[in-house]
Amino acid sequence: MTEIARKPTLAQYELTPQPRKSASPPSMNGAPSISGRVFQAIAANEPFTAEVHAGLANEEHVLEIERFDLWYGASRALHSITMPVPKGKVTALIGPSGCGKSTLLRSVNRMNDLIDSVRIEGEMRLSGDSIYAPGQDVIELRKRIGMVFQKPNPFPMSIFENVVYSLRIDGERDKRVLAEVCEASLRGASLWDEVKDRLNDSALRLSGGQQQRLCIARAIAAEPEVLLLDEPCSALDPIATARIEDLIDELKGSYSILMVTHNMQQASRTSDFTAFMYLGRLVEYGPTGDIFLQPHLKETEDYISGRFG
Amino acid sequence: MNQLAAPNPPKSRPPRRRRAEKRATSLFANGEPMVWLTGGALAIATVMIAVLLGLVLFEGLPTFWPGPIVEVELADGRRLAGELAAEERFVLEPKALADLPEARRAQAEREIETEGGVRRRMLRTGNYELTGTHFEWANDSDIVGESKPEWMLVVERLDDGRFYGVPRAVTVDGVRTEGDPATVWDLASAQHDEVRERWERGRTLKNETIGAIHARIEGARLRAREIELENGVDSPQAAEARAAADAIATAAESEFREVQAEINKLQERNKGYSVELETASGARRMITLEEIVRAFAPNRLSLTERLGVYVSRASEFLLDAPRQANSEGGVYPAIFGTVLMTLIMALLVVPFGVLAALYLREYARPGPIVSAVRIAINNLAGVPSIVFGVFGLGFFCYIVGAGVDEALFAAKLPTPTYGKGGLLWASLTLALLTLPVVIVPTEEALASVPGSMREGSYACGATKWQTIWRIVLPRAMPGIMTGMILALARGAGEVAPLMLVGAVKFAPDLPLDGAAPFLHPERSFMHLGFHIYDIGFQSQNSEAAKPMVFTTTLLLIALVVLLNVLAIWIRARLRRRFQGNTL
Repeated sequence: MTEIARKPTLAQYELTPQPRKSASPPSMNGAPSISGRVFQAIAANEPFTAEVHAGLANEEHVLEIERFDLWYGASRALHSITMPVPKGKVTALIGPSGCGKSTLLRSVNRMNDLIDSVRIEGEMRLSGDSIYAPGQDVIELRKRIGMVFQKPNPFPMSIFENVVYSLRIDGERDKRVLAEVCEASLRGASLWDEVKDRLNDSALRLSGGQQQRLCIARAIAAEPEVLLLDEPCSALDPIATARIEDLIDELKGSYSILMVTHNMQQASRTSDFTAFMYLGRLVEYGPTGDIFLQPHLKETEDYISGRFG
Repeated sequence: MNQLAAPNPPKSRPPRRRRAEKRATSLFANGEPMVWLTGGALAIATVMIAVLLGLVLFEGLPTFWPGPIVEVELADGRRLAGELAAEERFVLEPKALADLPEARRAQAEREIETEGGVRRRMLRTGNYELTGTHFEWANDSDIVGESKPEWMLVVERLDDGRFYGVPRAVTVDGVRTEGDPATVWDLASAQHDEVRERWERGRTLKNETIGAIHARIEGARLRAREIELENGVDSPQAAEARAAADAIATAAESEFREVQAEINKLQERNKGYSVELETASGARRMITLEEIVRAFAPNRLSLTERLGVYVSRASEFLLDAPRQANSEGGVYPAIFGTVLMTLIMALLVVPFGVLAALYLREYARPGPIVSAVRIAINNLAGVPSIVFGVFGLGFFCYIVGAGVDEALFAAKLPTPTYGKGGLLWASLTLALLTLPVVIVPTEEALASVPGSMREGSYACGATKWQTIWRIVLPRAMPGIMTGMILALARGAGEVAPLMLVGAVKFAPDLPLDGAAPFLHPERSFMHLGFHIYDIGFQSQNSEAAKPMVFTTTLLLIALVVLLNVLAIWIRARLRRRFQGNTL
């Protein structure tokens, strides 16, 4: 009796389509079923065109991603992503875990080069320069792109040295220049008032929220063309999160920001544009207001309203 | 109601897992005995270390303490005087017991009954040139009289060990005065410092001035030999160089005679100062003040004066060269050699090991070859150290050293310069020995640097080397220091390979001195570990050397602890700096 009672449940799971072997999103396991035409098409690996809102065409683009594919070994993580990132605006990438948001973000400054098994196809351009061109100097490229990671990762050195790190590796030795950049960057990251008296203390003694703002200061010290934020608040408490969000608001305009987030409220509060990704594909991309209030696809609406994912 | 009446349908729940027959409620599962087992193991380890340190301290510290002098009169009429060195009880043979006179036999029998044996004491009687022995046993059953002679002196001499005797006469500048011990000794003591100063001056002249003259003659000869090797023995240049060398030698010869004359004058003058001592057995002997290192009457000393003697002996031990085939005097050259060799070793092994670990961890692509290399390095740590000594001798001394000699020191051949054991080869051999000790913790430290830090650095546009240099190495520095500490501890205590590659019983010159090029890496050196072995097992006067073995061991332990504490202190500082406030 017991065996018969168990079996249907097992069979049910087995019947669930497994589009990808390795990177099956954990959140999917709990989902009742996959709804909607678009998701079914994606799950079946059928060709599908992302819904890109018209409003994006009017923007000036700092970063252009065109038909970008990425494989980890044999498994494909990104499927033909085409996505322009507007200049001076905040663009949020949302989607369930494992949908390729971070992978896409890390492809922009070629951090995926550090993983041996990664293979890419397609094109990315930063202010018109091809990121993946054969002759592209990765080091020079990364200096034009700032990045802030999920977990604060200050370097094991003083606050001052952390901020001016990108200048140090460029061989800058002028103390005046370093001090100016340090102050400007820390002010930019609204950390200056808290640390101005202890710039020579170890950065590792700061609190988590301060460390993350220090990382932002470090990223903007190099005056990057694009700032990549990979879930910058996921390791922080609500108060620190609020400060980082305020900071992102302040940075808007002077920097073009591409940000991964799991927090819908954060995406709607801070970003100008939002891209919804699912299983390695761009599903819908448009101005944040439109995506949240009147999405073109039912699937986007479902995800945003929490009915799925 | 209906539901209650109806029989419950059988539920399709899985059957309960049957629990184990023997439920794990035994003592073993409870864990209490394991606490005792583990705690006991730790306690035994701690006790063993404590006993080791305690023994070394107990045996090593009293070495310099001046004990009282006991004079005993034996039944056969002999009189012995000396410091008490050891004491034990033994059971007399029945025949020996029977031979004893009535009173002493009764006493001995009583002692055997109550204490388990008759006491016998070993006295350090010295006076080697008269008696042919340094120590004598005295059985209590043979003793007819015992006293503590007030004016019995302990005389520590340059040669022949200690002398025990009562001062009877003194000769000052050739004038002999007899009298009671107090006056005689006051007169002698008043002159002693001056005489020793002259002796010191003579020694300096002999070692340094004459040494320099010899070095000059030797240098000229070597230059001539070089020219000979370059141009042929019969060439005019060689003849010219030989003539120049001869001229230098002649000039030096006269200088040498002058210095020698001065030394002779000093010695001649010192000969006029001596003291005549009477031993316990009544024999008299003249001892020049020059050869007396230290002399005092232990039975007259107050506690502070004893402490003074202790400090004086201890400072001689730490700061002076050994005498009497290492059984007396100091170990300064050995301390110097040990520290210098260990530091050179650390200087060689740390950068080398860190570079190797960097490649292994940061650059090498993980695979079977890297794994094999890693296993080989780990196994290197298990190779017996004498094997490294043999390698050092065979490779560094006989191949590399011989090559260096032929290339740079051809004129000196057949006397080897680098083609024998020396400080450099010993340091290199130990560096090789401690390489795995540095590589393994360094690799671990490199591996423990969080990936997020590296990523952050790469994202800032740093190259791989910049990331390693600015992020990975500082962060891994405490781990690297751990490797260095282990290497220091291992290297400073190693003896076996050193016997083959440069540690010697006695080295006349320190490997670091005032003569250019100041550091002489080719010189043989003394080492505390080897010194312990030497005085413990190679000494003629083994009984006198025994306390020195423990004292030197104590010193070696103290030295290793000191080097370690220094390194740990540096590591703690680095940790605070690079890893936040987490210790």
